[in-house]
Amino acid sequence: MRYLPKSPAERAVMLERIGVRTADELFHVIPEEYRLKRDLKIPRQMGESEIIEYFRNAAAQNGSGYASFLGAGCYRHYRPVVIDSIVQRGEFLTSYTPYQAEITQGTLQAIFEFQTMICELTGMDVANASMYDGSTGASEAVLMAARITGRSHSVVAATVHPEYREVMATASQHRGLPSTTVGYDAETGRVNLDLLQAAITDDTACVLVQSPNFFGVVEDIPAIAAIAHAKGALLIVSIAEAVSLGVVRPPVEADIVSLEAQSFGVAMSYGGPFCGVIATKEKFIRQMPGRLAGQTQDADGNRGFVLTLATREQHIRREKATSNICTNQALVALMATVFLTVYGKDGLREVAVQNLAKAEFARTTLTAQSGAEALFGASPRFNEFVLVTEEPVAVMQARLLEQKILGGVDLSRWYPELGHATLWCATELNTRAQMEAAATTLAAREAVEA
Amino acid sequence: MASDTMIPVETTTPRNTTLGKVRTHPTQNEGLIFEKSSPGKRAVRLAPLDVPEVDAEALLGDAFRVDAAPLPEVSEIEIIRHFTRLSTWNYAIDLGMYPLGSCTMKYNPRVNEFVARLEGIAEAHPYQPESLAQGSLEVVRELEQCLIEITGMDAITLQPAAGAHGEFTGILLVRAYHESRGNARRKVIVPDSAHGTNPATAAICGYEVQNLKSNSLGMVDVAELERIVDEDTAALMLTNPSTIGVFESEIHKIAEVLHAKGALLYMDGANMNALVGKARPGDFGVDVMHLNLHKTFSTPHGGGGPGSGPVACKAILEPFLPTPVLARRSDGMLGWNHDRPQSVGRVRAFYGNYGMFVRALAYILANGPDGLRQTTEDAVLNANYIRSSLEDLYELPYTTASMHEVVFSDRRQAARGVKTGDIAKRIIDYGFHPFTVSFPMIVSGALMIEPTESESKEELDLFIDAMRAIAHEAEKTPELVKNAPHSTRVSRLDEATAARKPILRWRPTAG
Repeated sequence: MRYLPKSPAERAVMLERIGVRTADELFHVIPEEYRLKRDLKIPRQMGESEIIEYFRNAAAQNGSGYASFLGAGCYRHYRPVVIDSIVQRGEFLTSYTPYQAEITQGTLQAIFEFQTMICELTGMDVANASMYDGSTGASEAVLMAARITGRSHSVVAATVHPEYREVMATASQHRGLPSTTVGYDAETGRVNLDLLQAAITDDTACVLVQSPNFFGVVEDIPAIAAIAHAKGALLIVSIAEAVSLGVVRPPVEADIVSLEAQSFGVAMSYGGPFCGVIATKEKFIRQMPGRLAGQTQDADGNRGFVLTLATREQHIRREKATSNICTNQALVALMATVFLTVYGKDGLREVAVQNLAKAEFARTTLTAQSGAEALFGASPRFNEFVLVTEEPVAVMQARLLEQKILGGVDLSRWYPELGHATLWCATELNTRAQMEAAATTLAAREAVEA
Repeated sequence: MASDTMIPVETTTPRNTTLGKVRTHPTQNEGLIFEKSSPGKRAVRLAPLDVPEVDAEALLGDAFRVDAAPLPEVSEIEIIRHFTRLSTWNYAIDLGMYPLGSCTMKYNPRVNEFVARLEGIAEAHPYQPESLAQGSLEVVRELEQCLIEITGMDAITLQPAAGAHGEFTGILLVRAYHESRGNARRKVIVPDSAHGTNPATAAICGYEVQNLKSNSLGMVDVAELERIVDEDTAALMLTNPSTIGVFESEIHKIAEVLHAKGALLYMDGANMNALVGKARPGDFGVDVMHLNLHKTFSTPHGGGGPGSGPVACKAILEPFLPTPVLARRSDGMLGWNHDRPQSVGRVRAFYGNYGMFVRALAYILANGPDGLRQTTEDAVLNANYIRSSLEDLYELPYTTASMHEVVFSDRRQAARGVKTGDIAKRIIDYGFHPFTVSFPMIVSGALMIEPTESESKEELDLFIDAMRAIAHEAEKTPELVKNAPHSTRVSRLDEATAARKPILRWRPTAG
């Protein structure tokens, strides 16, 4: 019980002050039949060394030393060491939502800097202090669009991350918010603009696309915006791979941007915690969910920061709130802020261009093998591409695993129409040697068959 | 014994004097990071490209970003100093008691952070083959089993990203259950003492919110509940212990009233730190509940998140849990089962805030059954110690026995014009984070104090001394309290202007 700072004698003094004999007496307000009179059946108390050993064993069971080409909404980028140095400072780690501004200026200013950087990256006017993640952020963005327009219908591209779409379906199912999914052009891998046009009705609140989309293809945002806006619908752009913003044109025509900032220095950690964020135009601020830090002054004229526009939130509005969200991902947003500060203006551009180059080389090298071709080759892409192989995915993956290579994500669960398709990702951390080894393994199929 | 005489109550600005636990010291000034930026400075050097260079503009065409985002250009030492300076402007658990009621600001063990950063844990990809993720999945399995045992429930999902997200998931389960029986029902009952997230959650799940007034003890009025529960009631959302820190001693009757009409009992587990190892919601009639791993299970609050809000439920609700659910296959391997036809659907991409699962499990393992029970007892002991030491100076609106937190009213101090918010600001000068202010709403001018188990007797005594000194100040020098804090970097900030003319981002000044 090394976390408990009291000796038995101190407890006795405190009990005496309260006027009870034992701490257990304080629980007598709980009806006797509901008091637990046995030990919980959980593992016994462990020493710190045992705890570390337990998790080291778990880590070892995960397998290590694999070259990974996995992306699909969770990206492996280099995380500068200073990120963890900073976020592990107890003043950031063990503080809470900055309700008391006078003693949380550190967190508040960091959030203000985060909001500013997100605006600069996305081309939007304002950004919130963060959302749970990209999937829930996209879902909140759709609800926000419905509030702004007074309309209920949404049109969602089939190339939005399939798990994001599942989350949106769950979130809107009881709110009378129907949704139409629009397919992609088989040649370009981009949202089919004719189908999009046809799907928008007078009741359509928003069009939601992802760019780069789930296939890694950059969407034609100006064209999509024109179609949506012509019918009075808002455009929401979801961005799952944030590093793309270093080299891909920001979606300035969008009304709302929902970003997943995991790529900015956040560990993959088997899928979370990540960091969503919603950015929008100034005129929509009051319909935006989530916390906001704003600049103001104290009584002596010093610059300071506060949480602001709280009248949108649940603790004030209760059942009329814009959202039920209470926490955000402040510490993860701080990771992203530090990451963006470390990389800076030129560094983010450079790392983004490296991603382009790596993915281009991986694509060229893998498709140089017979029996493997890349889809959507003529469309602009960032660091992912779809590979279609003659060989069934499971067979190919098994051969790659033998070489300690994690090939692309199997797309058949979501896009069976693509056949033996896998989604590959190459970041600045993938080496040329890994790509060549993957290509060699793919090619070895012929040797086996021949 | 706390003494009233050791505090110099006349002190306005405690510069160079010791006021209870603090003395002022200089903090560094620091501008915004953008104001330190200068072209050409940098903090990163990439490894050289080992593949042919590409022409980004040619590859991307119209999608090429012409102007790089104007991110700050600074060096590494400036970054370290910038964020370190900012950090020193924060109060934190690591500095002292943080009795923010309902938030359970307990110690965040450092071994949790260490194990969450082990390479094989932190670098696991959510789509890596299950055969290469057995370690990650075993952690999920172990935590699930521990939480099921702690809550006395039958099944669990760890997918929700935070408490409010867990509430949403829990009410979705309630709705799916009723729908499966042919009628979703129309309303959810929420006591007036509830967190604002409860009614907001019920509303987004398509339910009408019916308010339930508390009785004179601040508890659920069972007779009134019996009167309003009917076949249209889907559930009652109950926080237990309640937001005034009181155990609903008629909980079994509450559950019976609901169950008799086919309604379910949802428990907001925000205050689970009062119960772990001492009582199990599953044993007293709760059908579904959420936990806050960042409250009860010591994962860090991080300035506002990340949280994690697992939802535990009885077997009747298990078929509706979000997809995927963890299952052990016939070959003994763990894997995700997506084939769940009655599921409410997915509530978050991937599997939830996994990094928080690791930390929560590390906390449970460090405590074991005896440690968790002692933790709960100490949390309740601390709250009652504060109550006993302050109830002569601060009014107790409800004299019902307190559990993990104690709620006072500012009624006596308000007579001198000193409100709960003023007392909160003044206690900052004494070196503490304030308690929760003006909540729950059933108490006029509430001071909601939750010390948690992490405070020593010495720290509690300093807090008690400070609160007693402020009570005297409110009598003798009320202006001193009303204008507090006096020792912080910034004085009270102009929130009205911040909301009226929002400045939500930095912009470069012209020229």
